[in-house]
Amino acid sequence: MKYTFSNRLKIGSFIAMGLGLLMLAYGFISTPSTPEEAVAMVAAAHDHGHGHGGHGEEAGHGDSHGVTSHGEGHGEHASHDEGHGASHAEHVYHQLKNRPWSALYVAAFFFFMISLGVLAFYAVQRAAQAGWSPLLFRVMEGITAYLVPGGIIVFVILVLSVLHFNHLFVWMDADVVAHDKLLQGKQGYLNPTFFLIRAVIFLGGWIAYRQYSRKLSLEQEQSDDNSKFKLNFRISAAFLVFYLISESMMSWDWIMSLDPHWFSTLFGWYVFASMFVSGITVIAMVIIYLKSKGLLEQINDSHIHDLAKFMFGISIFWTYLWFSQFMLIWYANIPEEVTYFVTRIEHYKLPFFGMLALNFIFPLLILMNSDYKRVNWFVIMAGIIILFGHYMDVFNMVMPATVGENWHLGIPEIGGILFFGGLFIYWVFNALTKEDLVPKRNPFIEESRQFHY
Amino acid sequence: MASTVFRALYDDDDILMHAVKKLRSEKYHIEEVYTPFPVHGLDKAMGLADTRIAITSFMYGCLGLAVAITMMNYIMIQDWPQDIGGKPSFSYLENMPAFVPIMFEMTVFFAAHLMVITFYLRSKMWPFKKAENPDIRTTDAHFLVEVSVGEDEEALKELLLDTGAVEVQVPKK
Repeated sequence: MKYTFSNRLKIGSFIAMGLGLLMLAYGFISTPSTPEEAVAMVAAAHDHGHGHGGHGEEAGHGDSHGVTSHGEGHGEHASHDEGHGASHAEHVYHQLKNRPWSALYVAAFFFFMISLGVLAFYAVQRAAQAGWSPLLFRVMEGITAYLVPGGIIVFVILVLSVLHFNHLFVWMDADVVAHDKLLQGKQGYLNPTFFLIRAVIFLGGWIAYRQYSRKLSLEQEQSDDNSKFKLNFRISAAFLVFYLISESMMSWDWIMSLDPHWFSTLFGWYVFASMFVSGITVIAMVIIYLKSKGLLEQINDSHIHDLAKFMFGISIFWTYLWFSQFMLIWYANIPEEVTYFVTRIEHYKLPFFGMLALNFIFPLLILMNSDYKRVNWFVIMAGIIILFGHYMDVFNMVMPATVGENWHLGIPEIGGILFFGGLFIYWVFNALTKEDLVPKRNPFIEESRQFHY
Repeated sequence: MASTVFRALYDDDDILMHAVKKLRSEKYHIEEVYTPFPVHGLDKAMGLADTRIAITSFMYGCLGLAVAITMMNYIMIQDWPQDIGGKPSFSYLENMPAFVPIMFEMTVFFAAHLMVITFYLRSKMWPFKKAENPDIRTTDAHFLVEVSVGEDEEALKELLLDTGAVEVQVPKK
């Protein structure tokens, strides 16, 4: 049975995109045009009681600038009393200028990351020749279709960063590098040209696998032997090797390098866990939506149960990695490492600990009960919370480096979520209309139909 | 009398499953089934209530977590505060990240061990207990179903042989 894009959903996605675009545009227009204006804006916001602390006394202020890696470029000014005022204004100005860009980038990356997580899950199912999941393959392929527009948008944002349209990545600023010994040492890897070349390789590899595997998956429907299926198995296994390396490097490049002095060896895994759990959550949500339209009736509660088990399990895996990264840095207390968490705990207390509650305690308690994992609306509600939690996770990874203490969850941020959410929904559900929702010639399809717990 | 039971032996788990379903549909009461290995779906076919061991496991986990917190708080904060790696040990909360691995391990330890012990007790198993299975062949390749006899003994015997039983044991009168 084929899926037809319901008009309500299509119009809804267009409205979300339009509204999001307007809100993003408002975000870009409302940035200050001079450093003085920026300081005035922050001061005005403080009078309204929107302060996030850290602005209180001058001494504390200088300290917090010293520890943020973003402040390193301005570090030498901060030590001079007379230079402080001017450099502070400049600093705030850059942060406010960065805010709509960061809002755009976080949302663009978040939705891109979902489809990349689904691609990894899909490749795992292919490589494992899993018997329970072939019924879900068309849905997964539909979600990974977003990899193409989503990847291109992220790439365009990165190119604009390299072209200095924004200051998300401090290490791209030749002036900053000239005054920074550490960044000079990293120049062999962290330079704009190589950065973009790597991005092209990563995106090219992921999209190529996605398109080729999808092609083989569709050809298998027409073929009278299993050769396409076997080939798909082999390329999926090979892809996973490429993916695990490229995903890790991507997370260093696109996220970790926002704080170019700081590094963590398990950062790639941590980002991976985040994208994996978000991706699986979206698979479950799309399936439950399609089932509510009377489609995919062969996918039973046991399939949903398995997806919910993954949501539960990978949420805990994410926490394990988050905590492994946090505890070692907290315990060792080495200044260049610990700044990362100091800035987050000082200026991002609510999102930092809030996301931990949303991404760990909530799924742990809510999805522990076996029966709840089979209740479809329950999985949807849990999924919404998990997705929001992982948006906040990306928010916490990006914002402290780009906007510092001047963060908000305001119009540009919500606009970013609306725009990319709308685009994601439009693209994914449009891709789902293209083919029959149930594969027929997959050798494991009968096992998947009979799957029960 | 409910005390009389017939014992039917089967030599295949699929046949056993069909037999159990058939017996239940004919309103016979199955006392117990002895199998050499766990048969997938047999509990549902027999109409057994869901296990409650998961709930006990959750409670044991909470208990383990509480024990770990109390223990670490006493050892590291109250009884003998130590300065490890520059971390002042005067507050449990501030030192909490260091205790998380212990909290986790104790949770898992309590949940796992107490769950196993609960399972043994609930199944009335303890060391040196004599095995309860009525026929030694159920430890090898046979499946045994105990059915309590209704009014008609002959009909049940007939039915059991019909469902593919290789042997039906009738207790001596």
